[in-house]
Amino acid sequence: MSKTADKIMQGVFLLCGVITIACVFVITVYLIISGLPAIREIGLIEFLSGKEWASTAENPEFGILPFILTSIYGTLGAIILGVPIGFFTAVYLSKFAPVPVKKTVGFVVSLLASIPSVVYGLVGMLVLVPFVRKAFGLPDGATLFAAIIVLAIMILPSIINVSLTSLDAVPKKYEHGALALGATECETYLKVSVPAAKSGIIASVVLGTGRAIGEAMAVMMVAGNVANMPKLFGSVRFLTTAVASEMSYSSGLQQKALFSIALVLFVFIMLINMILRKVMSGGEK
Amino acid sequence: MSRKMKENFWKAVMLTCTAITCAILVLIIGYVLLQGVKGLSINFLTTSPSYLSGNIGILPDIMNTVYLLVVALVILIPLGVGAAVYLSEYARNYRLIKTIDYAAEILSGIPSIIYGLVGMLFFCQFMNMQTTILAGALTLVVMNLPTIMRTTRESLLSVPMGLREGAYGLGASKWRVVRTIVIPECLDGIITGAILSAGRILGESAALLFTAGFAHTLHGFFDGVTSSGATLTVALYVYAKEQGEFQVAFSIAVILLVLAVVVNLSAEGVKTYFSKKKEV
Repeated sequence: MSKTADKIMQGVFLLCGVITIACVFVITVYLIISGLPAIREIGLIEFLSGKEWASTAENPEFGILPFILTSIYGTLGAIILGVPIGFFTAVYLSKFAPVPVKKTVGFVVSLLASIPSVVYGLVGMLVLVPFVRKAFGLPDGATLFAAIIVLAIMILPSIINVSLTSLDAVPKKYEHGALALGATECETYLKVSVPAAKSGIIASVVLGTGRAIGEAMAVMMVAGNVANMPKLFGSVRFLTTAVASEMSYSSGLQQKALFSIALVLFVFIMLINMILRKVMSGGEK
Repeated sequence: MSRKMKENFWKAVMLTCTAITCAILVLIIGYVLLQGVKGLSINFLTTSPSYLSGNIGILPDIMNTVYLLVVALVILIPLGVGAAVYLSEYARNYRLIKTIDYAAEILSGIPSIIYGLVGMLFFCQFMNMQTTILAGALTLVVMNLPTIMRTTRESLLSVPMGLREGAYGLGASKWRVVRTIVIPECLDGIITGAILSAGRILGESAALLFTAGFAHTLHGFFDGVTSSGATLTVALYVYAKEQGEFQVAFSIAVILLVLAVVVNLSAEGVKTYFSKKKEV
């Protein structure tokens, strides 16, 4: 009796185990099946390099180059702004901060990570967007610039947490050695500890890139959502927001094209995943 | 001298960056509280919105969030724990373990908008669930699987081998060892995973737009699960972006922030409770 129960439960656990594989498989297959028809109809080159997106026009145009470039520029901008802040915060927390400060800031960071993206979007929409409009004398503050700032804030927790873990794991004897040779604290931590924690820090940046390129709701509320070629102070639309903003009323080729955009986004994410894997396995060696 | 100046310069840079990180949180929370608290009232929290009387209440959104959370966690916890137990107790095939790990890694990197899209195609259309809380919950289950798998596995690793060997030595079958030794011992990982997932579920919006929908109607549990409904986050988005009701949006944001704090504090609490217990 207990033997059959044993066999049954083994099967149940196996089923739970392989369900992740099944999920990845289903997601990939669905994205490819639903994303390919529009690409075939429009033509891959035209779809990826077309500069015009007019999905509801009488002669619809489906070029997603503006979205691709906006996503890349927006992510790069967020990385340029967010990484230094996150990196130095992590070094401070790992090497200088007294325990109570480390704990408190650690709590602050985990709270930042758990604020819903719509709340970031809301505050961005009503504080940041008007501020950008006034500060730069624009007709509308909902721009790529505003989106970059929101994204930079949203990737901070990933950058800080992952960098912090790898900085904390640097063996103390490296640092003691450097200090004993007469290096100052900052020299030791920035020139010895940071290179030793390099793979974790790079991983944090790659992870942040993935977060930034995949964020939809907050960006939708601050970027203006017009399908322009990207300009720092212009209204723009990201890959994610292109899908989100038209999905609810789309049909026919327009809807198929939205699935194709999702497929392109998925390819980007898989590339980032592969880079992350490379970086992490490099660190293990 | 210049070396000392450099030293001070870098220290100042680090302190400034840490201060910026904290200031961002304080500013966001402060602003949301300032704008949102005045809109909170008993009426706001306990009534349904009505176009006829112009009343705005978020009770349906609160209930939808609760339904979604309950359904998602009830499915998620056994699945995720089962997967973790399989990986650490049953699986012997190295390549299968690697593949499952890789799949979990991919799942945790997929953006929520893609989950929303595939959830819509698979659960709402292919499985014919329509736009319902159930479809939204299932989408979030897939999204949170890697989280609960990771926390459970971490805690499974710390279960001493001797406990299992002792039980096997007494003649217990594998399932019995798992049921009576392994799972009770990794309870902290399961609870932490559940809390972290709850936090993500409460804050999720992009994956729910096309799977759970926007409706603000009040239902009982079983009707609620099988009908379309906006959670607090989706309601916030709709009120802010589509209807321009910023006051309402900020009041919902206050609730979401309170929930985020509660989730973080309880995760912290679970950690200290169990680490104390393990020391004894």
